[in-house]
Amino acid sequence: MPRIIAQRRLVPNLHLIEVEAPDTARAAKPGQFVILMPDARGERIPLSIADWNAARGTVTSVFLVLGTATRKLALLKSNDEIPVFVGPLGRPTEIANFGTVVLAAGCYGIGALWPTARALRRAGNRVITVLDAKASYLVYWDDRYRRVSERLIVSSRDPGIGGGEYVAEKIKALVAAEKIDRVMAVGCTAFMRSVSEATRPAGIKTIVSLNPIMVDGTGMCGACRCTAAGKTKFACVDGPDFDGHEVDWDELFLRRKSYFDEEIQALCRWEKENLP
Amino acid sequence: MAEKPIELPPELAARLKAEYVKDWRAELRRNPPVKERMKLPRQPMPQRGAGERGRDFLEVNRGLSPEAAAAEARRCLDCAKPGCVSGCPVSIDIPSFIKLVEKGEFIAAAFKIKETNALPAICGRVCPQESQCEAVCNLKKAAGVPVAIGNLERFVADYERAAGEVALPELPPPTGRKVAVIGAGPAGLTAAGELAKKGHAVTIFEALHEPGGVLIYGIPEFRLPKAILKAEVEYLRRLGVEIRYNFVAGKTAAIDDLKARGYEAFFIGTGAGLPNFMKIPGENLVGVYSANEYLTRVNLMRAYDFPAYDTPVFRAKNAAVIGGGNVAMDSVRTAKRLGAERAMIIYRRSRREMPAREEEVAHAEEEGIEFHFLTVPIRYEGDAYGRLASMTCLRMELGEPDASGRRRPVPVPGSEFTAPVDLVVVAIGQSPNPLLLETMPGLKVGKWGTIEVDPATMASSLPGVYAGGDIIRGGATVILAMGDARTAAASIDAYLKS
Repeated sequence: MPRIIAQRRLVPNLHLIEVEAPDTARAAKPGQFVILMPDARGERIPLSIADWNAARGTVTSVFLVLGTATRKLALLKSNDEIPVFVGPLGRPTEIANFGTVVLAAGCYGIGALWPTARALRRAGNRVITVLDAKASYLVYWDDRYRRVSERLIVSSRDPGIGGGEYVAEKIKALVAAEKIDRVMAVGCTAFMRSVSEATRPAGIKTIVSLNPIMVDGTGMCGACRCTAAGKTKFACVDGPDFDGHEVDWDELFLRRKSYFDEEIQALCRWEKENLP
Repeated sequence: MAEKPIELPPELAARLKAEYVKDWRAELRRNPPVKERMKLPRQPMPQRGAGERGRDFLEVNRGLSPEAAAAEARRCLDCAKPGCVSGCPVSIDIPSFIKLVEKGEFIAAAFKIKETNALPAICGRVCPQESQCEAVCNLKKAAGVPVAIGNLERFVADYERAAGEVALPELPPPTGRKVAVIGAGPAGLTAAGELAKKGHAVTIFEALHEPGGVLIYGIPEFRLPKAILKAEVEYLRRLGVEIRYNFVAGKTAAIDDLKARGYEAFFIGTGAGLPNFMKIPGENLVGVYSANEYLTRVNLMRAYDFPAYDTPVFRAKNAAVIGGGNVAMDSVRTAKRLGAERAMIIYRRSRREMPAREEEVAHAEEEGIEFHFLTVPIRYEGDAYGRLASMTCLRMELGEPDASGRRRPVPVPGSEFTAPVDLVVVAIGQSPNPLLLETMPGLKVGKWGTIEVDPATMASSLPGVYAGGDIIRGGATVILAMGDARTAAASIDAYLKS
């Protein structure tokens, strides 16, 4: 079974997990994800790949501690084993020299977008990064992004940070100030939607990494159906990257909430059994 | 007795004859004589009552007792030209194993089956015997009711497992040749077993975390208990087969990467894992599932035991399953077991065109499943939260036969009606999963996305690459997949020796 190399808190509620997965580490490309399962009774959940090390044979993800599966993950220690860690899944992000690219990342997306940021810089792009966080102490990996970005902006609704302007305002200001060739956004659904809406009037190509519920992650079940440009797509095999201006966001929100009641029920049960 | 004798391949006919002429067989044939055997009634399969089984996931069929199995075996006429073998995709020597049952040599009978079928406890449960071996049983032609070959196969496999005496065949010395099998479903497991028996080093690469493919994610516990599957896979492991889980061939590593690691030949058994939808309005509402998702949640992920297991599935009041095949029956019976007050089959043709096995349909009826024939959904409606609330259907009538020979359903004008439903499972078939195929340039793929193979050898257009099961058929049965896999394994063995 796949072995945990490291599992630790990056900032409150956001954790990093590094897993021994030599084949996945060799094959991983920016924008891809893995499916994992924290224990034999757990759920299979998708996590974006945040980094990998082919020489060490390890793959890293960053996750938000939210439901039962991620609570369980957040308690794992090095050398623990988990029954499922499979990938890399999904189509890799398109990497080319687009010119000036704005990267917008929030929450787990700061980790998830990192391989893309690195690859875009290597491909010769001028990279501007906007990291979004609810508070200054929730920003992580800004040192990494600084290495590949010409500018690094932190957006937050916390008025103490950058004037309390949310990501959409920052993006709008960037678009108004100069020619932007492409925008990429990874984070929670509301975050990606607001970035997409911010670039829609100017028609700047905006790529988002969708995060619907998945089970197998190989196109077998169709749980991750979403609508892009009026057509049903399977995010696991047709995505996870889509044009943010083409995504039916309302449908994605609803489908992500499919099991809201059950998730709370499972979490309450788990907490009752496992927390003092 | 048969209208026309069925010609078997000479090698198979010779193998059967060598057993047929043995003294004990000849003696057994004389007593009792054929005329008396023909009068014996078919032994019924003992079942749990519909009321008892309707709310749990334990197996419906209980299996024959040793006495009943021996009595059923006595019905077999031990024909000189057995029709049954020609109806078996993996050419089991059916008369030999049945006569061993008649003699009470159940372990020997199991061993006889395993000469050509490594997974008898599974086949005895899920094969459509009524349209294969039992359909061409000479006793059926003579007396109307065939020998219960499937029930006997199940009996001997279960007997052997319960006796703890699952014997291994004598294995040849290792050849040192490495073969990669992609997918641990019925085709992959069979190919792996056959190749291991030839002394090759076999690794199965499986995307999920448990073996079985459709046998684990698709077929419910009440039809195929997981313990049975586990035992059959354990048998393969003892044959020397290695299984790598969490490995999506084409993604985790390409076929060329595996070649570089010393794998010389490949068997692709990745199945038809891409669910079809009808592309009608409302199909993405919360509460509409593909049968694959619904059954995977319940079976592989054990959602029937939520919240002891974390994976949820909707527990519906009014469940509608679209389709008339075995997958539809599995889905609707699952919905009923999960507490649905109404669990309905919505099928666009009539009962006689339904592709599901008669036994599954009968079990479903006993369990209180409603059947709505000549009905097709045209859209689903949701509530304010995007959850499925109702479906609108059209009534159909049967017109002229179509390409499949079945009469084509035609809508009845003005027949639209709406019914409340909070769960829909779309079970209208699947397409081959393209994930691996897309990464194999030069691999010839047909217009339905299936791998094109030479049916005599199962060889694909790429040297050393063979395929079988739903990835070449698009959507067939477990036993046809296993038959393909046997053919492919023989070809792979010949390829490695050439």
